[in-house]
Amino acid sequence: MTDSRQARLAVDIGGTFTDIVLEIAPGQHVSGKYLTTHAAPERAVLEGTRDLLARSGVSPADIRLVVHGTTLATNALIERKGARTALLTTAGFRDSLEMAYEHRFEVSDLYMVRPEPLVPRNLRLEVDERLAADGSVLRHLDEESVRALVPVLERETVESVAVCLLHSYANGEHETRVGAILRDALPGLNVTLSHEICPEIREFERGSTVCANAYVQPIMESYLRRLDVGLKDAGIDAQVMLMMSSGGLTSLEIACAQPIKLVESGPAGGAVLAADIARKLDLPEALAFDMGGTTAKLVLIDGGMPHQSRSLEVARAYRFLRGSGMPLRVPVIDLVEIGAGGGSIGAVDALGRVQVGPESAGSEPGPACYGRGGTKPTVTDADLVMGKIDPETFAGGMISLDIGASCAALQCHIGASAQMDARTSAIAIVEVVDENMANAARVHATDNGAELEGRTMIAFGGAAPMHAARIAQKLGIDTVIVPRGAGVGSAHGFLLAPVSYEAVRTRLISLSAFDVELARSVLGEMRKEAESFVRLGVTTAAALEERISVYMRYRGQGHEVQVYLAADVLDRDPETRIRELFEMEYRRHFGRIIPKMEIECLTWTLTLAAPTPEAAAADSATASPAPAPRRTQTLVDLASMQDNPANIYHRTDLGCGASVAGPAIIAEAETNTMVPVGFTACTDTYGNLILKTGKAAA
Amino acid sequence: MSDATRNIQLQVIWSRLIAAVEEQARSLIRAGFSTSTREAGDVSAGVFNRTGEMIAQAVTGTPGHINSMARSVRHFLDEYPIDTMQEGDAYITNDPWKATGHLTDLSVVTPIFRNGRAVALFACTTHVVDIGGNGPSPESRDVYGEGLFIPIMKIVDRGEMNEHLLKIVRANVKEPIQVEGDIFALVACNDIGGARLQKIMDEYALDDIEAVGNQILERSKQAMMEAIARLPRGTWRNHMRIDGYEAPIDLHAAVTVDEMGVHIDLAGTSPASRYGINCPMCYTEAYAAFGVKCLVAPSLPNNAATLGCITITAPEDCIANASFPRPVVARSTIGMFLPDLVFGCFEQAIDDVVPAESTGTLWNIRLGVQPSGQDRGFMVTTFHSGGAGARPRLDGLSATPFPSGIRNVPVEVTEAITSLVIWKKEFREDSGGAGTYRGGLGQTMVIGNRADAPLTFYARYERVENAPKGRQGGQPGAKGRLSLGSGSARVKSKGIQTIPEKDTIIIEMPGGGGYGSPLARDPEAVAKDVMLGYVTVEGAREQYKVAFDVSGRLDRDATARLRAAG
Repeated sequence: MTDSRQARLAVDIGGTFTDIVLEIAPGQHVSGKYLTTHAAPERAVLEGTRDLLARSGVSPADIRLVVHGTTLATNALIERKGARTALLTTAGFRDSLEMAYEHRFEVSDLYMVRPEPLVPRNLRLEVDERLAADGSVLRHLDEESVRALVPVLERETVESVAVCLLHSYANGEHETRVGAILRDALPGLNVTLSHEICPEIREFERGSTVCANAYVQPIMESYLRRLDVGLKDAGIDAQVMLMMSSGGLTSLEIACAQPIKLVESGPAGGAVLAADIARKLDLPEALAFDMGGTTAKLVLIDGGMPHQSRSLEVARAYRFLRGSGMPLRVPVIDLVEIGAGGGSIGAVDALGRVQVGPESAGSEPGPACYGRGGTKPTVTDADLVMGKIDPETFAGGMISLDIGASCAALQCHIGASAQMDARTSAIAIVEVVDENMANAARVHATDNGAELEGRTMIAFGGAAPMHAARIAQKLGIDTVIVPRGAGVGSAHGFLLAPVSYEAVRTRLISLSAFDVELARSVLGEMRKEAESFVRLGVTTAAALEERISVYMRYRGQGHEVQVYLAADVLDRDPETRIRELFEMEYRRHFGRIIPKMEIECLTWTLTLAAPTPEAAAADSATASPAPAPRRTQTLVDLASMQDNPANIYHRTDLGCGASVAGPAIIAEAETNTMVPVGFTACTDTYGNLILKTGKAAA
Repeated sequence: MSDATRNIQLQVIWSRLIAAVEEQARSLIRAGFSTSTREAGDVSAGVFNRTGEMIAQAVTGTPGHINSMARSVRHFLDEYPIDTMQEGDAYITNDPWKATGHLTDLSVVTPIFRNGRAVALFACTTHVVDIGGNGPSPESRDVYGEGLFIPIMKIVDRGEMNEHLLKIVRANVKEPIQVEGDIFALVACNDIGGARLQKIMDEYALDDIEAVGNQILERSKQAMMEAIARLPRGTWRNHMRIDGYEAPIDLHAAVTVDEMGVHIDLAGTSPASRYGINCPMCYTEAYAAFGVKCLVAPSLPNNAATLGCITITAPEDCIANASFPRPVVARSTIGMFLPDLVFGCFEQAIDDVVPAESTGTLWNIRLGVQPSGQDRGFMVTTFHSGGAGARPRLDGLSATPFPSGIRNVPVEVTEAITSLVIWKKEFREDSGGAGTYRGGLGQTMVIGNRADAPLTFYARYERVENAPKGRQGGQPGAKGRLSLGSGSARVKSKGIQTIPEKDTIIIEMPGGGGYGSPLARDPEAVAKDVMLGYVTVEGAREQYKVAFDVSGRLDRDATARLRAAG
């Protein structure tokens, strides 16, 4: 039985705003931004939904699907507002969570502080058992040692328990038994087992992941259940799906059990949107660029698929430095995050250099020009002074911008110590922040053996369209796409995501003695697991798309390269074919292979995904004439540092096919697109704004 | 172009150069084979001007290369003057005295050409798995026993790899494929840096980087001298005794701050050892300069100008300035104590900035099983550390190295590639030096073999006889200790020993020193330490004079009485 109802709802809860998009029919949307209600996040969702239903005249009963992404799990980890959690570990290993990598992530800082573990030492409890690395039993599980902990958990009023035993990725039986004993003794207790959430080698990362899941699980489950009830009460009898950090969707039930897989769902939505654009426009290589108030994110997209990864770090507490946060090993879209957004603050360092971020003025007090008490110069202030923002349409006219306050902040905090006027200070901030983002993109590309030159940039988020063209110039990129609804891009992406599940196993298999039967049985086990999860989320019996990858390395190396395998790879000559694929990938990363060196397969992933929702139909292509500009204002050209008069257009003025030449500003409620000298901008049949350099247009 | 816009442009080029060397280093780490390279980022990468002055360096894991690689390029230029270099050339060495202190580090230098003229050099260093000889053992009597010595020479000649040299390398090392892979990675990463530099020069229409380089160095020197000018002027002395190999070692330093910069003289330091714990001058300079920079200007970049403000002298052939052909493979044994040695001088000069002493040299675990019959045996090194010293206003970091920036190897990974079983790895209670701020805790590891074979244990541990000291009234951290689970025999802190079949080795690592009087530590902080098990109830009473009642709650009255009694 298929559901004939048309409407779909996408909800993205961020730290400041809850973005909601209601798709009335394919290609037809209404959207809104609502202040996030932190005490009860479902309130903003339900109120916003009611508002959009009223505006569009759609009946709640017409909504067939609700797709939801949220930063609530991430925020609970950053703000340490999760459940009182205990960790059960193998005797002798309760400190590995706190020892972390035993290193200093900032080598020169004598006063470096490591983040506190989520579970304090007195709640890290020991179980008597021990497995060997191959999963065999060195010491049998002493069940009494588990039962003896029950009174401790009660006395300490523990709400959630993480279980992480050594080598459980190779054999989960002891963990399963510990879980059963605990659930038996304490029926209301939430229990997360490490081999279920993250069956991967490396005890600290697996322990960190399982603790994070246990820590956020009670609040996430309670929130998701309240939202579900609230939607039903509002007359919305729809399937509710959750956006995961991998860019796939999952069911409410799985999200309640494994909420850690939802952590970076907002940015993942943006990447899914960008990938969809890349597929529709047939772009083999793209770069998604998302810039908001405090951070910017970059994702490489090849062949219409965002790069994937199996690890991320949340809650980086120290200047966004790698190693200063909490590692999680879950399937994620591989995004590089930089502490650079519209609210990032500029300052002059001891070398007389202008530095930007990662400190941010956030939304309170915000940039100086908001007039809410901010006195430090932010990127938004610099953008305003340079002429990149149309003050008349900013935030739909809700905020009136005080350019004098921006100039004063720039003069006082930058100009005075670096001997520059406000305008030059603004240029310095913007050049530096753009350079920081370009550099992050370059290093990320090197890490992935990718080239940036010749890619197409897809820019969304409130601040990205103001900076995209300049960063593109720096990276040798000739085409920039600013999608329709760029300000609520993530929520749009949610509606394009497939239902999916990634299963993972660590099984060290040497290629020279490749054990086909072992590989086959591991993949079979993973396929079963993935299918059982995906089928919970799809209503049809449609064929599922399968993707297999294996993380491989030369024996002795510590970093693995991800290699995608064809479904039939095990059927004939797997050793040779896998070697060829590995060598091709290795050569792409490092320029050469190492002949005769032994090759190992370490971690296997298998992803099953339901078919992607059908693409919305494009508007018909009718070239419309170039509109007349609303007015002009002075815009600084960063490449030459000259002032030029720039035409200001409203984005709605640009009909399909209309083309305008830079310098120009294209204004809309959530953002402004800067079109520099040498670029032209036009609107395509999907409503995307496409900026091209003369080189690309020729 | 106005001065202001030129200024912005300089800054953009500067940050682009830093990104270029960062890319250079990252590609080297990812392709590297040795554990210290990939787990610790034990590499370095930098860009230099025509005269061999370092303009920018990547921020990487271990400080030992910071100054040593920076100076190495001048030695290359002495051997091969810049105008004799050709496009497509690259040069290599592992000379411990001209590069980074031991044969296991390979350095490669590549000139970059513009319009037929060399305009810059990229240099990089990585730690290879093996270089032949006695491997990591400090038992060689001279550097000849420590492996293959490659004098400064061409590894690439106008685009052609030097096959003769590669052949010699392959014939001398135990892991020829991996070492050759590392050499190719060194050459390739310099090419990546060079390609980035060419793009920068294209974009900004530069013919060379002399002007940009000079401005970077001028600004850096000015900022570094401003930071040094904030220090009081004078000379301060410190002495530190460490265990040593065959005899205790005395390290002496006199730090002088004047209008020229910071000068460190190591006069009085013990003579060189018969064992490979000697430190060549380049490595001494690296760690001593690192200590000064951490205190004085941690956020300034490392380049020829900032490092040039710090000078170091040491008596000829003392253990911190060992001469050729002394054995030097374990030079970090001495090098890693130099920051704490220098800190002891600065403690007398500046208030509330200098941390207490740390464990210093790493407590790496080297264990192996000898090959027998079909069994190939194994030899493994894993990185671990005792506690770091307490800081003014902050407790010390537990089980964390200082000054090294190395990361550990996961227990599950070690057990997956060997037959070792690590039965325990946990914090060592009461090992952090007591103080107003507590020293970081050491850790205890208990290790056995699940195969029926004895283990060979390669020990070279420090701080077993001489504990890390506290500062400003803080107490020393616990000394390290080694023993067998069976208690059947004594275990020495240095040398090769056997762990009998079915027995275990117990390794208790030192704790960091405390800062300030323990009696001034907030009793609530002590109570928290007791609750978390960092400090025992007995330890709290003895060391901090803090008492608990029978139910384990902080007893304020009893504490006040204990503390009043002193």
